[in-house]
Amino acid sequence: MKLKTPLALTAFAALIGAAGLAAAADAPVIGLITKTETNPFFVKMKEGAAAAAKAKGAKLLSGAGKADGDNAGQVTAMENMIAAGAKTILITPSDSKAIIPAIKKAQEKGVMVIALDSPTDPADATDALFATDNYKAGVLIGQYAKAAMGGKPAKIATLDLFPGHPVGAQRHNGFLQGFGLQSFEAKNNELAAPAEVVCMADSFGDRAKGQTAMENCLQKNPEINLVYTINEPAAAGAFNALQKAGKDKAVMIVSVDGGCDGVKDVASGKIAATSQQYPLKMASMGVDAGVEYAKSGKKVSGYTDTGVTLIAAKAVAGVASKDTKVGTELCWGKK
Amino acid sequence: MTTLKDRLPPIGQLGPFIALVIACAIFGLTTDRFFSAGNFSLILQQVMVVGVIAIGQTLIILTAGIDLSCGMIMALGSIVMTKFAADLGLPAPLAILCGIGVTALFGLANGLLVTRVKLPPFIVTLGMFNIAFAITQLYSEAQTVTDVPPMMTWLGNTFRLGGASVAYGTVLMILLYLGMWFWLRETAAGRHVYAVGNNPEATRLVGIPTERVLLGVYVLAGVFYGIASLLSVARTGVGDPNAGQTENLDAITAVVLGGTSLFGGRGVILGSLIGAVVVGVLRNGLTLMGVSSVYQVLITGILVILAVTVDQLSRKGGR
Repeated sequence: MKLKTPLALTAFAALIGAAGLAAAADAPVIGLITKTETNPFFVKMKEGAAAAAKAKGAKLLSGAGKADGDNAGQVTAMENMIAAGAKTILITPSDSKAIIPAIKKAQEKGVMVIALDSPTDPADATDALFATDNYKAGVLIGQYAKAAMGGKPAKIATLDLFPGHPVGAQRHNGFLQGFGLQSFEAKNNELAAPAEVVCMADSFGDRAKGQTAMENCLQKNPEINLVYTINEPAAAGAFNALQKAGKDKAVMIVSVDGGCDGVKDVASGKIAATSQQYPLKMASMGVDAGVEYAKSGKKVSGYTDTGVTLIAAKAVAGVASKDTKVGTELCWGKK
Repeated sequence: MTTLKDRLPPIGQLGPFIALVIACAIFGLTTDRFFSAGNFSLILQQVMVVGVIAIGQTLIILTAGIDLSCGMIMALGSIVMTKFAADLGLPAPLAILCGIGVTALFGLANGLLVTRVKLPPFIVTLGMFNIAFAITQLYSEAQTVTDVPPMMTWLGNTFRLGGASVAYGTVLMILLYLGMWFWLRETAAGRHVYAVGNNPEATRLVGIPTERVLLGVYVLAGVFYGIASLLSVARTGVGDPNAGQTENLDAITAVVLGGTSLFGGRGVILGSLIGAVVVGVLRNGLTLMGVSSVYQVLITGILVILAVTVDQLSRKGGR
């Protein structure tokens, strides 16, 4: 459209401005802060939040840190959103401790803060937590691996996240617990190391680093027959290393995440089983809670498990799992 | 004024080698699986990407510059070559050339900003780090490219050599190092690189076109990042938009550990290969010992400080 006179332009601008103001006065503003903008997991989370906000007539602001671990970037985003009138903040904390002072400040201004995906430390610093039970995610693949091994003695490699991260510890310890080995409980942030685990290495959840870690583990103990990985990119790296060593048929890989690429790898047999989590659900539940808070002033509280499903190409007796068709329907990322 | 001949202090060359020998001795004594041809060839495979990036980085550091964007440019190159092949259906050799072309263009952009606009390399490449990262994420939509033609992963294949599986990419890396070592030592163009780093003003006064040398170095570095892109695809079997994030600093670490002076003009390129291998040996050896990766980071940090200290002391001693 081409506007001919300055007068028309001014009128047009005024019209838009008025409409914008009217909408802003009615719609509750909800802020979503993810760890990064680019990780498909968070992209999906944003999609879920945007869809829920549209359906409920809320206005969604979104922001993120520059990279995983960028606490300052998340704090800045939170301040900007509160300045823009957000009464609910949904956040996936990059740094579970460092974010807490900023959350406290927000709460003092009457803002409800809900953690998505990862808890703060301590977890009760936020009003509520909507997240996967990562320990249970580990337990499920541990149980699956135990049943699939059929009593064969296990020589396990664990490709973990990085030292000191609660999610890394919960999945690792849950896996060992599910496999029936000596392990720690869900609240312990240390990695259990029973004798059956012959190699532990950090993959940083990264494909190339996972491959390097797996190669080094095979050097340490060539008889490894079961590999646990923190996520599916690390699993893909591990598979690559095993294939190059000619061991991909003899070694089972189990993982956590349920991204579409990961489910594809389950379907093609690279990964035996994965525990799928649901970022979209975390986000839409968060938006619903935010809209409710704006309407009635009622806050949500406590921990809500957003669910985890075991996805496996081959079901094993005694362990409930869904096939990859179901996994593909529910996966996040590009199908 | 220093002459070109006293650019190579012996201590600066021996430092990285001594560190490597000590690390190997310790790992050899504590784990029985460390000393084997197979394990060493594995370590070389693991460092081939950062090793080839470090060639480009060495050239730039020799001119008293620095490149903080190298890993990101490498990641962009690998996304371009895999996506051009997978999405546009380009034949693999052409797609590879396009990928290397893009990384060379980024090198050219860095070089032009440094030589023509006279911006400090640190700032230019810091900006380019962000630009290359963002373009990589946007173009790939943060998705890994999995549909890679076999020709692109050929360098990741191995052949048997006396009980060890050696990757073709390892051989390429070593050939590139030997070629550049010869080029820097024995050709006029190579010696101009040292001269520009040593004393740009004197170099200009004797009639060497310093700007053209600098520009050439940045473009050449970009070409090496492109070759590293191909090696990264070959090693992981995919185009990975999240690759390269640690390679920026890892490459600088390798160059510094290798004894090349951050002040420019001094260093031997083979040292960078040793520097890269030192980091790989630490990671491998500590995993074999069952020690957390944090200690690898700690030891690497200490070695970097030591290497720079040795460089600084030898500069003072030389005057």
